[in-house]
Amino acid sequence: MKLYLQILMTAILTGNFVLCKFLGICPFLGVSKKLNTAVGMSAAVVFVMALATAVTYPINTFLVAKELDYLQTIVFILVIAALVQLVEIILKKFMPPLYNALGIYLPLITTNCAVLGVVLLNITENYSFAQSMCNSVGAGLGFMLAMVIFSGVRSRLEGCDIPKFLQGLPIVLIAASIVSVSFMGFTGIVEGILGL
Amino acid sequence: MNPILLAVLLLAGIGLIAAVGLTVASKVFAVPVDEKAEAIRECLPGANCGACGYSGCDGYAAALSKGETTNTALCQPGGTEASIAIGEVTGLAAGEVKPMAAVVLCQGHNVNSVQKLEYQGVMSCKMAAQVFGGPKECIYGCIGFGDCIAACEYGAISICNGIARINPYECKACKMCVKTCPKGLIQVMPLEETKAAVLCKNHDKGAATRKECKAGCIGCMKCVKACESGAIEIDRFCARVDIEKCIGCGLCHEQCPVGAIDLISLVKK
Repeated sequence: MKLYLQILMTAILTGNFVLCKFLGICPFLGVSKKLNTAVGMSAAVVFVMALATAVTYPINTFLVAKELDYLQTIVFILVIAALVQLVEIILKKFMPPLYNALGIYLPLITTNCAVLGVVLLNITENYSFAQSMCNSVGAGLGFMLAMVIFSGVRSRLEGCDIPKFLQGLPIVLIAASIVSVSFMGFTGIVEGILGL
Repeated sequence: MNPILLAVLLLAGIGLIAAVGLTVASKVFAVPVDEKAEAIRECLPGANCGACGYSGCDGYAAALSKGETTNTALCQPGGTEASIAIGEVTGLAAGEVKPMAAVVLCQGHNVNSVQKLEYQGVMSCKMAAQVFGGPKECIYGCIGFGDCIAACEYGAISICNGIARINPYECKACKMCVKTCPKGLIQVMPLEETKAAVLCKNHDKGAATRKECKAGCIGCMKCVKACESGAIEIDRFCARVDIEKCIGCGLCHEQCPVGAIDLISLVKK
């Protein structure tokens, strides 16, 4: 149990995908302007990450058995993209409210590097299936945390008198780097809390 | 088997399965779309503001398509252009949408108003309003923490000198800010017409208002007496202009001793 908690906490805080591993920066900068879009996007990310891990784990086992490990990346991209499209179609038919909430963000996140990253990292870390799921859900929640924090920062930025040469993307990137630095403060916190 | 051939076949196989699966799924799970509603939806601005009275642009488009309403002029942000476009799609008569813009009825900026407390907390008007009615002496005035900025889809609002100001050229009169303001200070005014507006909502007695804000309405009745069209009335020590009756002559503006009445003449560029 402690191990799963450790994986989850690490993925959320110390190994945050956006702020520590610098994966998934494009949606992080693109959709963090407003809180509700940030939350919608992050929910889609949690969903897709969990789904992608659940599907690619058995595929990876198959690939390793056939000694085709080098195909991991391309096969995963193919499978995740197709799967998310399928889920989108099914959601649209059977769960319109959920589709309205996630729908527009699902295709955006399909082939995102964070999604592919979590899947590939699960393999390099030699996680079991349950551990992989734990890690990918944690990575998604960490993404959500980063998005929510950053949308707050950005809404403050909008009311500020920013020098002209920093307006727009430059100040957003600077703010993102400061938020990222603040996450370095979490180093060692997981081991500390869990007493490892 | 040749490892290269195996890899190629494997990938091609997965791709084929995915393609067939997706094609079948898109046919099996196809959702019938109301094409007319989609076409109407294209004419609307997509702000989902609810100014039309429906649950957003999709709701309004569906209502028009199903014939629940025949009024094409309900969309404030889209204006007359949207109405004409909807008319072309549906064959319904296009109506004219009077251009409107929102105005903040407060002049209690940092110079005019007096602070009563140093607020340290969540920077939200809604929150601050619960702490003794806000950080300013005047409990009716603009708090200036920008809840309306967050509500505005068009970036028309900014905080200027401690109070919210709305740029009429950006404002689409969707009334999101009107619903958000905890003090109810925002009013939608017609564009391209000159109307008087009392830029104060302070209902305290005159002497108390004077202590709270330099530009507060003290309820002296001078404007009521000056108004020839009977458009102004005093409600609990604060003047109010009836927009319908106001002719924009400016007599009240000249009479006001505190400068609380202003003539608003917003002209679209």
